[in-house]
Amino acid sequence: MLNTLNSLFIAAVLAGTPLLLGALGEILTEKSGNLNLGVEGMMFMGAITGLAGSYYYEQSVINGGGTPSGIVSAAIALVVSFAAGTLGALIYSFLTITLRANQNVTGLTLTIFGTGFGNFFGEYIGQQAGGYVAVSQVTKDVFGSVHIPVLSDLPVVGRLLFQYNWLVYFAIAVAVVMAWFFNRSRTGLNLRAVGEDPAAADAAGINITLYKYAATVIGGGICGIGGMYMSMVTTSGVWVHDCVSGYGWLAVALVIFATWSPARGVFVALIFGGLTIMRMYVSIPGLPAQIYDMLPYVATILVLVITSMRESKEHAQPKSCGLNYFREDR
Amino acid sequence: MSAQKAQIKEPLIRMVKRDDITPQKAWVIRAVAFVLSLVTGALLILLLGNNPLAVYASMVTGSWGSSTVIHETIKLAVPLLITAIGISFAFKMKFWNIGGEGQILVGAVAAGAFGLFTAHIFPKLPLVILMMLASIVAGGLYGLLPAVCKAKWGTNETLFTLMLNYIALAFIKYLMNGPWKAEGSSFPKIDMLVPGARLTKVLGVHWGWILALILVVVSYIYFSKTKQGYEIAVVGESSNTARYAGINVGKVLRRTMFISGALCGLVGMLQFAGADYTITESTAGGVGFTAITVAWLAKMNPFGMLVVSVFIAMLERGSNTIQTNFKIPASAADLLIGIILFFMLGCEFFITYRLIRRGKEEQHA
Repeated sequence: MLNTLNSLFIAAVLAGTPLLLGALGEILTEKSGNLNLGVEGMMFMGAITGLAGSYYYEQSVINGGGTPSGIVSAAIALVVSFAAGTLGALIYSFLTITLRANQNVTGLTLTIFGTGFGNFFGEYIGQQAGGYVAVSQVTKDVFGSVHIPVLSDLPVVGRLLFQYNWLVYFAIAVAVVMAWFFNRSRTGLNLRAVGEDPAAADAAGINITLYKYAATVIGGGICGIGGMYMSMVTTSGVWVHDCVSGYGWLAVALVIFATWSPARGVFVALIFGGLTIMRMYVSIPGLPAQIYDMLPYVATILVLVITSMRESKEHAQPKSCGLNYFREDR
Repeated sequence: MSAQKAQIKEPLIRMVKRDDITPQKAWVIRAVAFVLSLVTGALLILLLGNNPLAVYASMVTGSWGSSTVIHETIKLAVPLLITAIGISFAFKMKFWNIGGEGQILVGAVAAGAFGLFTAHIFPKLPLVILMMLASIVAGGLYGLLPAVCKAKWGTNETLFTLMLNYIALAFIKYLMNGPWKAEGSSFPKIDMLVPGARLTKVLGVHWGWILALILVVVSYIYFSKTKQGYEIAVVGESSNTARYAGINVGKVLRRTMFISGALCGLVGMLQFAGADYTITESTAGGVGFTAITVAWLAKMNPFGMLVVSVFIAMLERGSNTIQTNFKIPASAADLLIGIILFFMLGCEFFITYRLIRRGKEEQHA
């Protein structure tokens, strides 16, 4: 029993991490008042570019007669997937902030584009590689579980807390930094002001366009890293068609569930991660496995309805979210 | 600091809202954007080492070259068009229904409940009518739920409808694995609809295309000539104005979302009984999302949606051909649709605003 719970916890952390990264990116984006529904697309873009970055690096080193370094390979995957996410978010930002296009439609378009982008290049690179694209063992090892001296060897706790892949710790670090940023830094408070009431923030001398661009683009980059997790960890460095498969949307749901707080996001990601894999570990008699899949979404709807019923201002979406800001329309 | 500087110097480019623009000029801008998007796509094809013109030509012949592929193209366009019409009902009142996908699925399930289990009881005509009604009611109710919460508590409908998609999807997976699993099948799937209950083909495609054309005209009349259509427009412009004018906003929200969901539900029935003859996770297949962009590109005009949906169906069908002919993955369709949409979304800015370079004399001062 205890063993099952431990396994469930570990699996939940592993499944929840890409959701956490996607959600953190979207929280940062939404705090600036941009509702970017393109998370799924940006994750796809990060997934394929991260994988491709590692793959081409390895190939070029091997062709040059050397042995690829796993750490360099992972660093390339990280940078490239971040860049791909920012590229997607940049298209979105340019269309919605500068060209004032509708946020919902632009975000959905980004999802369509990104899904096409991921699957297209995934298959294309696979064709070129002769069948399918996969990274070599050195890179896989870097994305395997870490071993921290002493800590990882602790009984129970070591296994539960200190034996994940590095992206898990990276995601938690991003959440901590973001929580500090929103609550303790001037820039973070300014950003929240932009998301809540851009007109007032503008009057206070905050550069709305800059804040919106920066938050959305960096947020997109974080989503891209979340996508890279899917292709490098979840599918172990092999491109699987449609590998992100709804995780981006689940991340959007997670944002609501976490009520736009990065710290709560960590716990909610754990719950969501647990719900997505729970059927493999715990079976409740009479409850079919597919019904488990509904739970994160049903829970999100409940949170959505309850927060709207309570008219909670503290735990609500940033007020201007989904609306573009036109200075001359003030 | 930089803000002060910006106040002193005149910006390099500034924008001014156009007072009005002739329809011809607006269409020229859209045409330019469209051509630019095709050029961008062509550059991508070129980078992959193929001849863009040959690829595009192959997409056209792959979707219009023979009667077989024309039927396929139309079969793709029908669900897209009806869903887009359905979604435009909601979008016209700025209710962001992105739950078309889920509404299609529950419609298919409701139709399946009759089609799969009562086909031996009812003759074809009453059975088809039953399936239609069931799908309309199921889709409508699925659309109504977020509208009720929105009207009552102001619950965010974008996220609500989105979540409902995944609940419907999980429900279908449940049916595939459990109660509706085909007997004797080793992997999860739902039985095929018996041939006697499948929708009749007219000119090679199930009659859904005739229904779609009728809906184009009917919805156009509804939007522009009826009181209810006018109410939708007023609520979309400003719910406060609507309230002031004595319109029951909650009622309009609920009624319109029921219609919106019902039309999407109907698509589920058409896909089930006319195209796939079974229900799978991909019965909706992204139609609910693509239809949003169709409706938006057509500026919520039903006739425009007819053109756009046929065009997108052509891209999707054509991409299958380029996969076989050029070994370009079929996902190219999504990529290309994305690029075209980005350009079309962006070009609207240049229709609403014009740019004035620094130093140019102001005409409207």
